[in-house]
Amino acid sequence: MIPLTYKTIRQVAGPLLFVEGVNDAAYGEIVEITNALGERVRGQVLESGKGLAVVQVFGSTLGLDVNSSSVRFLGETARVGVSDEMLGRVFDGLGNPRDGGAPIVAKEKFDIVGSAINPYSREEPSEFIQTGISAIDGMNTLVRGQKLPLFSGAGLPHNVLAAQIARQAKVLGASEEFAVVFAAMGITSEEANFFMREFEETGALERSVLFLNLSSDPSMERVLTPRLALTTAEFFAYEKEMHVLVILTDMTNYCEALREISAARDEVPGRRGYPGYMYTDLATIYERAGKIRGRKGSITQMPILTMPADDKTHPIPDLTGYITEGQVYLSRELERAGIYPPIDVLESLSRLMNQGIGRGKTREDHRGLADQLYAAYAQGKDVRALSAIVGVEALSENDRRYLRAAERFEKMFVAQGVYEDRTIEQTLEIGWEVLAELPDSELKKIRPEYIQKYRKKASGG
Amino acid sequence: MADGYVVRVSGPVVVAEGLEEPKMYDVVKVGELGLVGEIIRIQGSKATVQVYEDTTGVRPGDKVVNTKQALSVELGPGLLSSIYDGVQRPLSVLREESGDFIARGISIAPLDEKKKWEFQAQKKDGEEVVEGEVIGIVQETPLITHRIMVPIGLRGKLKGLRSGEYTIRDPIGSIATPQGEVELFLATKWRVRTPRPILRKLPPDSPLLTGQRVLDTFFPVAKGGTAAIPGPFGSGKTVTQQQLAKWADSNVIVYVGCGERGNEMTEVLATFPELEDPKSKRPLMERTILVANTSNMPVAAREASIYTGITMAEYYRDMGYDVALMADSTSRWAEALREISGRLEEMPGEEGYPAYLGRRLAEFYERAGKVVVVSPDKRVGSVTVVGAVSPPGGDFSEPVSQNTLRVTRVFWALDASLASRRHFPSINWLTSYSLYVDTLSTWYSKNVADEFPALRKEALEVLQKEAELQDIVQLVGYDALPEAEKGLLDLARMIREDYLQQNAFDEVDTYTSIHKQYVMLRTILAFGRRTAEAIRRGAQATQLSSLPVKSKISRLKWTPEAEVDRLVEEIEREMGEQIEGVVREAVAQ
Ligand SMILES: Nc1ncnc2c1ncn2[C@@H]1O[C@H](COP(=O)(O)OP(=O)(O)O)[C@@H](O)[C@H]1O
Ligand SMILES: [Mg+2]
Repeated sequence: MIPLTYKTIRQVAGPLLFVEGVNDAAYGEIVEITNALGERVRGQVLESGKGLAVVQVFGSTLGLDVNSSSVRFLGETARVGVSDEMLGRVFDGLGNPRDGGAPIVAKEKFDIVGSAINPYSREEPSEFIQTGISAIDGMNTLVRGQKLPLFSGAGLPHNVLAAQIARQAKVLGASEEFAVVFAAMGITSEEANFFMREFEETGALERSVLFLNLSSDPSMERVLTPRLALTTAEFFAYEKEMHVLVILTDMTNYCEALREISAARDEVPGRRGYPGYMYTDLATIYERAGKIRGRKGSITQMPILTMPADDKTHPIPDLTGYITEGQVYLSRELERAGIYPPIDVLESLSRLMNQGIGRGKTREDHRGLADQLYAAYAQGKDVRALSAIVGVEALSENDRRYLRAAERFEKMFVAQGVYEDRTIEQTLEIGWEVLAELPDSELKKIRPEYIQKYRKKASGG
Repeated sequence: MADGYVVRVSGPVVVAEGLEEPKMYDVVKVGELGLVGEIIRIQGSKATVQVYEDTTGVRPGDKVVNTKQALSVELGPGLLSSIYDGVQRPLSVLREESGDFIARGISIAPLDEKKKWEFQAQKKDGEEVVEGEVIGIVQETPLITHRIMVPIGLRGKLKGLRSGEYTIRDPIGSIATPQGEVELFLATKWRVRTPRPILRKLPPDSPLLTGQRVLDTFFPVAKGGTAAIPGPFGSGKTVTQQQLAKWADSNVIVYVGCGERGNEMTEVLATFPELEDPKSKRPLMERTILVANTSNMPVAAREASIYTGITMAEYYRDMGYDVALMADSTSRWAEALREISGRLEEMPGEEGYPAYLGRRLAEFYERAGKVVVVSPDKRVGSVTVVGAVSPPGGDFSEPVSQNTLRVTRVFWALDASLASRRHFPSINWLTSYSLYVDTLSTWYSKNVADEFPALRKEALEVLQKEAELQDIVQLVGYDALPEAEKGLLDLARMIREDYLQQNAFDEVDTYTSIHKQYVMLRTILAFGRRTAEAIRRGAQATQLSSLPVKSKISRLKWTPEAEVDRLVEEIEREMGEQIEGVVREAVAQ
């Protein structure tokens, strides 16, 4: 189809263009918009009818007008060329080189939206990834092919943690090819530089592809960035048989862009102004993690989001949590107490943990030990709150034990160094040390035979 | 004949003009690819279509063809063990046809058209038969005998009905009706949005036993009843639904994954063939139908998926079976409804949901029930519906939760604070309820133990008392409580930890027979009564709470069914001795 050019923009509203006289624009079709100065930006058809197309502009709408700007309909939907040569390269949020290097010459182009994986084709993720971080490995185990977000807040060390995970993550006993795809949406250049330096220092950069849409870049690009990143990741995972870790940050900025478009279209808003279809939209990103039967590679996703006002019930973390396979929750309270990583294990969850742990994978006592630590920590925290009211003296002896266990849990188990890479055995041993505070009769979640085998007695009672 | 054509496209909603005789809910094919859609509004010459596949690339002018058939499912042997998408396309065949990623515009017969089934006729030529009458059987799986029924709306004399091997496309005979002769097949079709007719509803009077202690003992759902499981993410909706699908004593299970995770369906596919039904020892998959329209699959097909599921459930009910349907999550269905409604620019109700949300939900749950099915032998069957609800932010006051609670009779309230401390299933025992408790108590007295309803009540009272005492502890501290109340707190904790908590992933704990539930509860409460008595005689609560027999009581949940009675005997003996010991010591001091 020959691309047709229209000069019939009727209205520019926020990120949207209303183009008249168009009779057959395809839903999802890509357009190129040229403003009076000859500058070009891309857009995509959101709605198409006889005589009118609604176009969402990806770049800046600066300089667009109704008189002299023109819109060219390219006759194809959003696709991206991907190739091996992308490893080690840095692109902008729309996939153009940002590192001064040559554009990518690709043999094949892929649809960036991607079709849904047939649920029947999926393989259950079950390979334990050791991140070296006890609060994750011990309590919220990550497995290959999982989508596990970091729920964070402004100013919390999620970047340091994400970098530590990317640096330390390994599947025990395996030496397969891996790659990191990193997509930044609206983060600061300082944050982006942090990651680039990290990847460089650890030698991961040559195995990484970076897509950077920074806070100074057009916000509408952000709607495409994660999809470009995932299309690239799928290429490496399914065509090149690599294990790909995808880091998406900050999903909050992505959602803000969605809200902006929705508002511009006068759509009936869902909660707090976010569009009613945000769940579905996010699912088309997150559900692209996984493993496929009979294919070697995998996609593990680690989206990062900052919860507005640290509120877990805000639509962004809420809808994310409904889609992802758990979450790692960073707590301001622990951060204030000087604990790194400030992971609140009670608010965290790995839904695929059970598939990745136990005999032959980590250790037979892992499940029971983790359950017991959760319960003990939860109770210890309750007691801590209670003792703040009634005083430690009014506590029963048993309560005091829990109080001590919770202390030890935070200080010994959760807290660790930024460069401390613990083996799973070390993590489990520390777990047992925490439980040494409690008598056998309190360990109801662990099978008696494991208590016998792995139990450590409290030093000095 | 002229085809219609697209005049507008916006996401899953397409407006077409020039369609031939458009009728509401007709299925149409859109564009070159022939994307499947359904007419949901007609205005003058324009028909609005919700499309069950991604519409990227569809443009005004593309052709639209009316199939003039309402959205239907095919019902016949081969449904069991299958996995379908929201519009009954078999995902296993779809994979063969289009690979690991779902391609568009593919239509596939829901049932295997080549497979031959052994049909045993049970009626003879010349016999008068009426709608719903069983004319023969097919052994669909070792677990389920598929009863072939005279389709709804037909009656007359049978002709040429023969036992033998047939595919679902081979006529097995015919029926001479007043309107003429109609061929009979092993499979029939039914429109998903129309409930299959029944003769009448019966009051549900037996429990759907699930092997989950907190459900069976405290908040049972009846066979043919309805239950809602609302809860924030991570609180246990899916695990609970899967536990029901695994262990419920239903003949057939329909599990609808509606707008949820792909990996959760994979998990069912991976585990069900390996798990066996506790009674028949056959793989659970042989009684199960899966409908999977995951969150990233097209949103309109998600809307259809629960109707696809419940129509299949009604079909097995009509054979005289007890069927249980799990829908995870009905909130995603409601959101699909909202999204489509928004694209139609309908007047939004609360939180953007269409004003008819409540009615649609009620209509759906109304399809549950214990019923006398349309049949001359007055067969009885049931459909139990259990719907998960995913309230935004875990706030139950939102429209989907509220509209659901209005029409369901059991409320399993999942509680994030329980889940975060890994109390599973995290069903809140203070706020949950079952409106079937009274009607089912006769069943429990007769089939489990006379005293069972009383034990249930006693345990709930202890838990209620515990909640009150905890408030007091917050003010004065534990040590200030009288001994008797310390004892009660101890007992409540045992009920919570040794009874209510149940680990779905433990080989033994995952399922508890109703008999084992009874002896466990009886043992725990007996301990409570005896310690209360001991405290009255001067014993200290702390001494009683560290008795060794308690760890044996905790072990009950991990004890295989066959060994439970023996362990209970042992516990009862030791309990008496140990408590007496404490009392003797206390009195001596
Ligand atoms: N009965 C149970 N036994 C053990 N773990 C459970 C149980 N119910 C829930 N869980 C844990 O909670 C997690 C979340 O449960 P899930 O059913 O997926 O939540 P939801 O569907 O409400 O988001 C599971 O991955 C599992 O770890
Ligand atoms: Mg769920």
